[in-house]
Amino acid sequence: MKPRPDSPSLIRVWEILFAGLLMILIWQAVVWATQVESFILPGPLAVFRAFVSQFALIWHHTLITAIEVLIGLALGVTAGILTALHLTISERGRKLVMPALVMSQTIPVFALAPLLTLWLGYGLASKIAMAILIVYFPVTSTFLDGLTNTPRDYLDLARTMRSPNRSTLMQIQVPAAVPSLTSGIRLAAVYAPIGAVIGEWVGASNGLGYLMLLANGRVKIDLMFAALIALCLLTVTIRAVVGMLCNRAEKWSGLTDRN
Amino acid sequence: MSKPDHEIPGLRLSGEFSYSERPLFRDLVLELLPGSWTCLLGSSGIGKSTLLRLIAGLETGGSFSGSISASDNLPVDGRVAYMAQSDLLLPWLTVRQNVSLGASLRREPQDHAKIDHLIRKVGLEEYTSSKPGELSGGMRQRCALARTLMENAPLILLDEPFSALDPVTRRQMQALASYTLQDRTVLLVTHDLAEALRLGSRIYAMSHGTLEQFDLPACRSIRELDDPVMMDIQPRIFSVLNA
Repeated sequence: MKPRPDSPSLIRVWEILFAGLLMILIWQAVVWATQVESFILPGPLAVFRAFVSQFALIWHHTLITAIEVLIGLALGVTAGILTALHLTISERGRKLVMPALVMSQTIPVFALAPLLTLWLGYGLASKIAMAILIVYFPVTSTFLDGLTNTPRDYLDLARTMRSPNRSTLMQIQVPAAVPSLTSGIRLAAVYAPIGAVIGEWVGASNGLGYLMLLANGRVKIDLMFAALIALCLLTVTIRAVVGMLCNRAEKWSGLTDRN
Repeated sequence: MSKPDHEIPGLRLSGEFSYSERPLFRDLVLELLPGSWTCLLGSSGIGKSTLLRLIAGLETGGSFSGSISASDNLPVDGRVAYMAQSDLLLPWLTVRQNVSLGASLRREPQDHAKIDHLIRKVGLEEYTSSKPGELSGGMRQRCALARTLMENAPLILLDEPFSALDPVTRRQMQALASYTLQDRTVLLVTHDLAEALRLGSRIYAMSHGTLEQFDLPACRSIRELDDPVMMDIQPRIFSVLNA
């Protein structure tokens, strides 16, 4: 109930801005010091100019990638949650499915991208599928971990209250696993754009990944960097919004800030 | 209002228990008198909580052979309410939701009048919408007590529920529990002799596999320790515990 000072978050914003500024300065310094050609490494100023002059183009492709990422994230997280719930109920399922899931992680997602493009075409579907694939595992494994590690005392209490398994799962195990789930979703928010962009690299006519390849092919390295920065901004924005929602869920669960 | 509907049964546990071939206790007999407090006293790690978990039907990690039966010959399972050292309040639920957790888990209709009555009884009426994180240790245990009472079970198992509280709060909680749980069959596991003497009608002193029974003179509520009978019985219990 104590009023929390909001200065720490303000300090963080300054820290991030400062780190960004420092990186830009180092980048400019390298460009000046090495006198490298602008088609190898354009300076920050050239990239900024490309960003402004090509803003409409970048915006169009950013929106496409954003749609792929958001749909992929939503579906991947939902599928992960449902899988984890199912595996919690069914011990046999856990024994059968978990090894397969872990094995599947040894296949690089990059290797699957051409297949997905072949099966699902050049449109949104193959990119969304990539995002789902890359998001699914961290969400499933972190949530399952939380669901199967409910404090034993809570389960004892439910047992003496003659709670049906389903009620114990939904009213005790799931809320108690919220912090595990949110840590998985935070990872997912950063991974999902990677999945979508890989999909775009393999075959697309839209999206930031496509724009990057296009600019690279035409030696418009400044545009390529501008697209890369747009991708960073997109990821940071999605991560920030998802982080905010996760904080809210954790606060509700009462499982953070406990002394 | 909060009394269970049926006649209050006593309980008898007899048998032996071992952890992977290593016996923890043999030929043990524990009898809870109907409608009164029995205290199980012993030092830490001696197996007190194991006995309590056996009665509660909880996982003990060992094997028990023997019988646990209620004096009315009805099953024990499902007629037990359990309160542990940590309050076990769910941090995402409010005081009110925690008190009514049992019915919510069993998907039974909520008895709102009874919930309000019990919350008033433990003095938390101003905190019904607070979450456990906003309450003090004593308030949390009072909420846990209301949740235990809400279960309306004739058999109450208390596993050192007051041991983490400061002395003043502990004394208040003992009085509140003794008042609210009168006419129930209560088993209190504790390592605090004074607590056992204050609350118990019967005390079992536990030391390496044996139980020694001490019956105390009848008393309506909490006993004062300067009572001559208490002065007399303390060294005898200590000698068992030290064995």
